[in-house]
Amino acid sequence: MERCAVVGIGQTKHAKVREDLSMAGLVREAAQRALDDAEMTWRDIDAVVIGKAPDQFEGLMMPEVYLADALGATGKPIFRVHTAGSVGGSTAVVAAHLVTSGVHEKVLTVAFEKQSEGDTTWGLGGGRSGSIGAGGYFAPHIRAYIERSNAPEYIGWMVALKDRKNALKNPYAHLKLEELTLEMIKESPMVWEPVRRLEACPASDGAGAMVLASEKVADAASKPPAWVHGLAVRSELGQFPGRDPVNPQGGRDCAADVYKQAGITNPRQEIDMAEIYVPFSWYEPMWMENLGFAAEGEGWKMTDEGATDFGGDLPTNVSGGVLSSNPIGASGMLRFLEAASQVRGTAGEHQVDGARTALGHAYGGASQFFAMWIVRSAKP
Amino acid sequence: MSRDVAIVSFASTSVTNTDVTETQLLYPVVTEAIEQSGIRRDEIEFTCAGSCDYLQGAPFAFVSNLEATGAWPPISESHVEMDGAWALYEAWVRLQDGDIDVALAFSSGVSSRAVDLNEVTNVQLDPYYLMPLWPGHLALNALQARALLDKGTYTERDFAAVAARSRSDGRSVDDLLNEPYVASPLRAHDLPPVNDGAAAVVMVAGDRAKEVCSRPAWITGIDHRTDAHYPGVRDLATATSARIAAEKAGVGDGDVDVAELYAATSAQELILRDALGLGDKVEINPSGGALASHPFMVAGLTRIGEAFRQINENGCNRVVAHATSGPALQQNLVAVLSAEMNTLAAPTMNGVAR
Repeated sequence: MERCAVVGIGQTKHAKVREDLSMAGLVREAAQRALDDAEMTWRDIDAVVIGKAPDQFEGLMMPEVYLADALGATGKPIFRVHTAGSVGGSTAVVAAHLVTSGVHEKVLTVAFEKQSEGDTTWGLGGGRSGSIGAGGYFAPHIRAYIERSNAPEYIGWMVALKDRKNALKNPYAHLKLEELTLEMIKESPMVWEPVRRLEACPASDGAGAMVLASEKVADAASKPPAWVHGLAVRSELGQFPGRDPVNPQGGRDCAADVYKQAGITNPRQEIDMAEIYVPFSWYEPMWMENLGFAAEGEGWKMTDEGATDFGGDLPTNVSGGVLSSNPIGASGMLRFLEAASQVRGTAGEHQVDGARTALGHAYGGASQFFAMWIVRSAKP
Repeated sequence: MSRDVAIVSFASTSVTNTDVTETQLLYPVVTEAIEQSGIRRDEIEFTCAGSCDYLQGAPFAFVSNLEATGAWPPISESHVEMDGAWALYEAWVRLQDGDIDVALAFSSGVSSRAVDLNEVTNVQLDPYYLMPLWPGHLALNALQARALLDKGTYTERDFAAVAARSRSDGRSVDDLLNEPYVASPLRAHDLPPVNDGAAAVVMVAGDRAKEVCSRPAWITGIDHRTDAHYPGVRDLATATSARIAAEKAGVGDGDVDVAELYAATSAQELILRDALGLGDKVEINPSGGALASHPFMVAGLTRIGEAFRQINENGCNRVVAHATSGPALQQNLVAVLSAEMNTLAAPTMNGVAR
């Protein structure tokens, strides 16, 4: 297996409506920034891997067909991934394998969603009216978590406040809630018991992109690369008796796989920061347990004790996370590229001091699709 | 040099107006491919699926197809919103890493529930400038056929000859030329039927392939490329991306016995023969191709599966398979399958017990 590194990163300014851009313009904004960062041009790219969530969100079937021109793919391979909410992560994994396999040396990977083109809640209901949306689907899992762990109600509010405060340091973040307080979250309307409005992700237009490269290309780059040390995906059936959707086996297996590849035996100690997929506040403590950062039932204590704060021992979602920007198909890739940006030391105002090992995480479907990577500043 | 990977089994189904779901179509097909491979389900180290949510008219439709793999305990799996040929490509790439040896690729599509499949394919076009004109694949494919005629190399009689051979339904070329146009210059026989289907292949790397299969089909080359989307900025009468993919896959590096081409119109077969540089001696689409059976999202993977059968069952030595995506042959994948491995001295297949 060849080594693979991130040598270019780009993302759009995420917003409720990017009415200044077409879908082609949206993916180009992110991709051009990734190419600029990599000090490459469109001509340098060997292949393009694009991902997004269901095509019905925009009403455009298999958009890679139309976006081939905008992504400079004419005469080249363009490949389309769709694994529900985890797709942004899965897309980066597919692109990385094109490099680790030795098939290509310079791969552009892009993920996007232009939620303003359609009605995502309708889409999330499988295209039926009267959809309960993603929040309605996940709320029972969150209630089950709270009952199992005896976590106090304010944990969810703390996560929502932390991620929105972090977003103030990220120039690309959608939500900029400068005046937000714990009290405001607590008083916001109950949408899906126990999820309050301010504990839920927004709907965003946005895209993220990366240039992934071989060791030879990364060694020659003028900027520091982020080296891929672990790469894994897992899928499991969404519904059957005995399945635990609160702490799914697929997530635990996927984490164990990337840790093993990266030689990590104590993730809490060895990982400097994490960008994880938290669309509803309670998923921070839930995933802390699933990812092995905390024992079962103890994840909420990490939030309570400030371990996941910007200055904590495992800063989590310092970019503001999915709670601050949610272009669904891109949200997983944003986690992956933020993790890479941290170990390159290029995260700007939300840079975690001394971040050398980072985790990027995405999940999708009925908490049944997982994609993860471990990136480091050092070569494997 | 790529790692030696072979197809060791293939199963498929293509029906008309199915009354079951995609998942139900898939289940027996995936099971058959696995059983045929002689490899246990839990030995599969990577799975990749292909399908299109739009065919079922429901976002996340692909999620339930996971049931056909029996994804428990959790599996390492991915999904492409593309024809299964690209699912096979992703699985082939994953096998190139060298850390795993067995992969499953499959795809499915139920198209018959669309009132008019052309309305569905129209939604695949540039939404700002092209989709509102409502051409769908039908009008764009007809424009392509017209562009081909305008070059003067082929006639409508050549189209009919392709259709007559593909369909083998007893009608002569002259009979076909008396039929009315559907979208000039294409007649009904120049166009594919609407089918529902599923297909699955098992791929194995290295010597294990020879252990489980008496005559595996080695993938000695595989590549895919796209052309520009806008019909006005490319020559529709040629398939440049197919030509590049064929060069990269090494089609011209040896004699080709048979080619299985995903031509959704009779004109496309002629364009592809030229793009891939296939001479007159190459037998085209003995399976009947997409003009005989066209399960959308499955027809490409089926070409690769039929190519495998030519080697595995019919004694062919070198077979080309092609898949396409998008309107008018915009995106193309070409694979070369061989009875002999790429990198090692060719083992003698004669005398090896089935």
